[in-house]
Amino acid sequence: MTWVNDVIQGIMLGGFYGMLACGLALMFGLMRIINLAHGDIAVLGAYLIYVVLQHWNTSPFVAILPVLPVMLLLGYLLQRLLLERSLRSGLLVPLLTTFGLSIVIQNLLQQGFSPDVRSLGAQAGSVATASWQITSQLSISAIGALTLGVAIVIFGGLQLFLSRTGPGRQMRATAQDPDTAELVGINSKAVYARATAIAVAIAAIGGMFLAIRSDFYPYSGPTYLIFAFEAVVIGGLGGSLWATLLGGIVLGIAQTIGGQINPEYPVLAGHIVFLLVLLSPRGGLVNLRRVSA
Amino acid sequence: MSLLELEQLKLRHGLLEAVRDLTLSIEEGETVALVGANGAGKTTLLRAIAGAHRPSAGRIGFDGADITRVPAYRRVQMGIALVPEGRRLFPALTVEENLLVAAQRRRPGRWSVDTVIEAFPMLARLRGQRAATLSGGEQQAAAIGRALMTNPRLLLLDEVSLGLAPLAVEDVYRSLDNVIAEGATVILVEQDLTRAAAVADRVVCMLEGRLVLEGAGSELTREQITEAYFGLRAKPEVQA
Amino acid sequence: MSAPPLAAAAGAPARIRRWTRLSTGFTGGFGLLVVAMIFVPVVFGANTVQDMTTLLTYLLMAVMWNALAGYGGLVSIGQQAYIGLGAYATVWLAQHSVNPYAGMLIATAFCGLVAVPLSFVMLRFRGAQFAIGTWVVAEALAIWVSLDNALGAGTGTSLSQLDSYAPSSREHYTYWMTLGCAAFFTGVVFLLLRSRLGSSLQAIRDDEDAAASVGVRVVAGKRILFLLAAAGAGAAGAMTVANTLFIEPTAIFSVNYTAFMIFMVLVGGLGTFEGPIIGAVVFYFMQNLFGNDGVWYLVALGGVAMAFALFLPRGVWGTLEERTGLRFMPLGYRVSGAAGAAPEEP
Repeated sequence: MTWVNDVIQGIMLGGFYGMLACGLALMFGLMRIINLAHGDIAVLGAYLIYVVLQHWNTSPFVAILPVLPVMLLLGYLLQRLLLERSLRSGLLVPLLTTFGLSIVIQNLLQQGFSPDVRSLGAQAGSVATASWQITSQLSISAIGALTLGVAIVIFGGLQLFLSRTGPGRQMRATAQDPDTAELVGINSKAVYARATAIAVAIAAIGGMFLAIRSDFYPYSGPTYLIFAFEAVVIGGLGGSLWATLLGGIVLGIAQTIGGQINPEYPVLAGHIVFLLVLLSPRGGLVNLRRVSA
Repeated sequence: MSLLELEQLKLRHGLLEAVRDLTLSIEEGETVALVGANGAGKTTLLRAIAGAHRPSAGRIGFDGADITRVPAYRRVQMGIALVPEGRRLFPALTVEENLLVAAQRRRPGRWSVDTVIEAFPMLARLRGQRAATLSGGEQQAAAIGRALMTNPRLLLLDEVSLGLAPLAVEDVYRSLDNVIAEGATVILVEQDLTRAAAVADRVVCMLEGRLVLEGAGSELTREQITEAYFGLRAKPEVQA
Repeated sequence: MSAPPLAAAAGAPARIRRWTRLSTGFTGGFGLLVVAMIFVPVVFGANTVQDMTTLLTYLLMAVMWNALAGYGGLVSIGQQAYIGLGAYATVWLAQHSVNPYAGMLIATAFCGLVAVPLSFVMLRFRGAQFAIGTWVVAEALAIWVSLDNALGAGTGTSLSQLDSYAPSSREHYTYWMTLGCAAFFTGVVFLLLRSRLGSSLQAIRDDEDAAASVGVRVVAGKRILFLLAAAGAGAAGAMTVANTLFIEPTAIFSVNYTAFMIFMVLVGGLGTFEGPIIGAVVFYFMQNLFGNDGVWYLVALGGVAMAFALFLPRGVWGTLEERTGLRFMPLGYRVSGAAGAAPEEP
């Protein structure tokens, strides 16, 4: 029965990873950019929530409301000022630019907030610690269920946006053929900027959950970037958005089961599953063709 | 004043000069056929007019305004629409979505999803189908329809008969006839010289990036066009 | 390779040369410099020797990363995997009674060997997939090593076997070993670039698919670079543990090494031969002058790397080469003939 519990825990952890991966997948699917600063952006979101909570005694779920528009703006600026330029110069430059950005963010955070480890779990209230005992071996934590639920809402919302709305349609068209998109009147630069803004905002939500579930410090970013990327690849680069959530869940399950085998193994287990997926001929769960980035 | 004015246009592909010192004017309501062998620079020229290719020298004027530096998506809003070579529909979008996505920023006019489907009846049952699954002729119809959704003043058509069965080509040109009859300004690139001469008011022939022949479709003989097309007339500056 | 005769109006056919007076002079000077550097421990004190060892280690890292990214188009953010592997292999060998310096050489070869199976996996990918794949490999290795108690687990381990040498001898031997490795690997890169592989690599960099279509063996070319870079990074790792004597997993497998490599190569000039060398010198001075300024230094490092990536992607040397057309090293072909010297085809 503990295996069932592990799988359930893994699924909920996977919801968290999927949420972290969502923005990464969006940017990659649209622009073929891997934002190496994505994890640090999530951590930045967590720190911004922390700042709000310094001035306003409330829960992180409320504190994120003013943070979201800030993150949307930051994402928009990130695209227009930095990434837009690097898009023109081939594949190396975006990787190098975002890597440099990652270092800058981490160290600015370190400078501004000290290297202390923090957590927002306390301010989240009982949600952070409550759980439902289903059977003697199976319990579901409130935060886990909430994370998974929010992840599903985010993915669903984004999918609806892409398939039913005008701007979403423009985004899909631009992803498929940016050159022709311009020829039918789509301002591809604006589309990219919107996408990055959305990706950054979703990263902030991921950061909020990150800060509640565990602790964070200025250099936490890269760890979560790796998990997010592993989730995207396991789901299948270039697949649908939902594939990314699925990838996150597989990763979550792999880590949880790995942790059962030995408490020192969870992250390594995830890496192994990732490398195995990379090795497999299909290169991903849902992907049917190798995507050369 | 002409609707479209090209002055001393120079277009490069990397180190290659695809179009050299091209000067041309198109009047509103004209239908111009642009002919020439492969590599003559026709597609590059159309793309430059549409804004997808930046000229290295020269000027493009549209309705009196200098649009040389105006980005492609803005030109669509000004009324220039290109049906690209190879159709280039968005493969994972349905036909209807392909039409709708072009209508985001459209100009006022009579073209909408419904009127486009009226003009291209074969699209009626294909509305919800993904564009990648369509046949060549169907894709061509959808691509032209997509361009029309922007209610263009100047419609650029690049090789609409390429790769299509003869019947499909008939269908496409029949629908095109209606569009042209309504007074649109059209530049079409066409390999089939007979068709080009038949549908166009004026024929322009390009060779190696230069304009080598220009004249009314009715005035130019088949022989003249062929000679210009292949560059068969001895050019004064090259001695054997 | 014979030159195509120019138009009938001209006279003599064109010549193709690889060496110019400038590049002959420069290569010669370079060689002399390497020889001169052998005498550093004789002339200078312990601090300088250690500093130079560090500089040469950075240089080696930069040259290797440039070989992968600049010539192979493979951006790796996981070369620290081999740095760590080289360091830990050296320790392991020393623990098993191998002479530490011999161990360093074996560790270097070991890294190259480990890279062979890895190459079959990693080289299926390009771009971002490749990059993150290399990073995950490094992370996985770091975890694996930190689970091994014999290697000091998470707290780290030391190359105590070097204590059998007197400190100054140890520093000298380490320095010469590092100089040797740096010169060796740089020399290999130089020879590779002058060989047929060099032209293939240029073709691959310009357009991989086009290169493949004319028969360039793309994956084989990349594999050579991959293995070379792995061995070189492994050597750098071995030199690091020899220089610092103590390593622990988080530090020796840290992605900061990649940050340093990216900085050095971007600033110096990606894809040029001289670039990483210049970048290493610049980086070395920055580390010495500002390394203790903590966090702002790293911010500046990241910011400068970003600025170069965006505005000066060819780096200091690359831009210089572009603007002046000067080539200090004989890595290209110069065409000259009756019609006058044409610009060099690299």
